[in-house]
This record gives sequence, structure tokens and C-alpha cells, in this order.
Amino acid sequence: MFKAIYNWIDERLDITPMWRDIADHEVPEHVNPAHHFSAFVYCFGGLTFFFTVIQILSGMFLTMYYVPDIQNAYYSVDYLQHQVAFGGIVRGLHHWGASLVIVMMFLHALRVFFTGSYKHPREMNWVVGMLLFFVMLGLGFTGYLLPWDNKAYFATKVGIEIASTIPWIGDDIKMLLQGGDTPGAVTLARFFAIHVFFLPGALLTLLAVHFYMIRKQGISGPL
Amino acid sequence: MDHDQQQESAHTPAKRREMTRRQFLSYTLGGAGAFMVGGTILPMIRFAIDPLLAEKQEGEFVKVIEASKVTSEPQPVEFEVFTVDGWHESKRKMRAFVARGDDGRIYALSPVCKHLGCTVDWATHDPNEFFCPCHGARYTRDGEVLAVARGPLDEYEVKEENGWVYLGSLKPNSRV
Repeated sequence: MFKAIYNWIDERLDITPMWRDIADHEVPEHVNPAHHFSAFVYCFGGLTFFFTVIQILSGMFLTMYYVPDIQNAYYSVDYLQHQVAFGGIVRGLHHWGASLVIVMMFLHALRVFFTGSYKHPREMNWVVGMLLFFVMLGLGFTGYLLPWDNKAYFATKVGIEIASTIPWIGDDIKMLLQGGDTPGAVTLARFFAIHVFFLPGALLTLLAVHFYMIRKQGISGPL
Repeated sequence: MDHDQQQESAHTPAKRREMTRRQFLSYTLGGAGAFMVGGTILPMIRFAIDPLLAEKQEGEFVKVIEASKVTSEPQPVEFEVFTVDGWHESKRKMRAFVARGDDGRIYALSPVCKHLGCTVDWATHDPNEFFCPCHGARYTRDGEVLAVARGPLDEYEVKEENGWVYLGSLKPNSRV
């Protein structure tokens, strides 16, 4: 039946070539762990993407219960964690995934660095990768505030204070992040907006560029 | 080296219909993949549909009016019910029209219109009818629908104790 549906669509839109472009590509022997087990280091990029997908999914579901408001944020998190079925698991996925995505990304960057894959002609992809790294750190920083408990509050206060030590523009950056004189209602609202709209938008755009370039240029050769 | 061809030639003498290595691997990979995707997605779906499966709150009876003050003319009473709405707990303001029927029993009607949920009022349009200002739905004294809506007004559970009227949870109209 699925085959019939697929054929019906394929006949009209000719989707097979698109599908081939995306899925059907050569995996060189030197990056295939089935050939050389040590090639597992080439998996970290894919694992980063895997955890990113989990972050996006679990984050979407969390916003069904979460509210970015200083009166209710903590209670909504407490409610979704303790009253809603599987709340601990869905929030746990987002919590642990956040750390894992940073770890995987770091290992991926180490692999690219030590195999020299960032060299000509892939310099631009290294730069995009670094931008992705900072977007991910930004997601971690803004997401940390959202439960609005003491740890979240003071971690963000410290983070903003650190940002404010930048020469010349530090105070402006602090004001931009905080949205007011103290971390408070406005800070929570804008951190939420940055966390769920601005940074994910930037992340997906950069990811598309990252993936387009690797497909276009191919995986770097063996050492 | 083409592994499939090698396998194919090595297995031709066997008459049994065996699963090929390719089939076995794709089933294993597909199964493991489905398990991982399912393990990730299913908790999220259960999480999202929790309101659908949550147990209904049991309504408590609230004292609203002295039984002796109830006449055949429906009169509005206001009362508060403790409600838990997610993480938000509040006293929700409720309204009911209390009256004594021809059979002498006290009944209480919900003012929520059965057309699209606006609030009806007594005797604003016709002295003997409930009227909804949104789309002109009309109901009799007993809540029976006369126009627009598809059913009668809901009724509250009523309890009479020590000369007072208590209202409980909503139920379908039992008078019409």
C-alpha cells in the first residue's frame, strides 16, 4: 500500500531523484566504523545532529506546558515535571540532551581539528561550525534561565555580569540581555524568545549551510 | 568486492527459503531504529495528550441560598468553586438559576448556553424565558430549548440540608 502511495506521488512529482540526492551517497571506507573501528570518531557530527533533533522535539513538547512568566514559570515547570505523565522523561531528555549536544559538538570539532579536515577547501565550513558552536552555547545559556529557580536566576545573573565586563560595550550588552535594571520579568520573556525563536532559527539556517557544504565538498580524505 | 554476489553463489545449493543477510540486516536495523524513535517519541506523545487521560475533578457541594427563599421564579445565585487548572489554583466564580418546579422540588440551571457557550439571562427578552444575547437562543423556565440551541440547559446537582440549598457538579437536564 505504501508502495502504491509512493508511486502515485512519484509519478506526479518525480521525487525519487530528490530522495536519492539526500540519502543515496557514498560513505568512504575510511569513515565507516564497519571497516575500521576507529572511524567511530566520524560519527560525532551525526550524533550532534541526532541530539539536536531530540532537543527540538522535546523542546516543542515542553512549551505545551511551560509559560515564560516570573509568577508562573517555576510552577509550570514543577507541574509538567511532577503532575503530567512522562513529564520527568520529556524534561529529562531536554536537560540531558542539552549537555550531550555540547559534548558531541566538542568531540566533533576535535575530530575535524585533528584530522585536519578544516583545511582548504573546507575553511568556510569550519567557520560555519564555529558559528553553530556559539549558537548552541547561546541556547544553553538562555535555556538555563527558563525554570526560574534560584540556580537559574543566579547563573544568569553571573553570566550577564561576565558579559558586562566586555570593554566599552559591556554595559549595553548587559542592558540588551536583561532588558531592564535587574534580571526579572523582561529578562525571562526575552530569554524565552531568544531560546525558542531567534537561536533555533539561526541554528537551522546554519545547519542547512553546514550540510550543504559537506555534501557539495564531500568528506575529507583519509589521513 | 560485492558481498551480495558472493553470498548468493555460496547459498544456491540450499533448497530452504532462507532470509538473506541483506534482509536480516535491514530488519535488524529497521527494528532497532523503530525502537529508538518510538522510545523517544512515545513519551512525548503521552506527555502531550495527558489532559485527555487525566481524571476528572470531583465536584464538591457548595451552599448557595436558603431553601425558603427559592420561588417558582428562577433567580440567579453566585458561588465559588475551588478549581485546580494545571499549576493555577483558584476559586472560580460560578452562576446558577435556582427555582422551585411545579413538583415542589428545587432545581438549578446552568446559565451556559447550549448553542455556543455564551451566558443566558432570565427574563431579559421575554418575562418567561431564558435568553442568550449572542445568537438569540431561548429556553423555558425548565431549560427546554425553544430556539437556536440544540439541547436544554444543563442542570446542577442539588442537595437540600438544614434549610439550605447546596449545588454540586453539572449533569444533563433531567426536567425536559
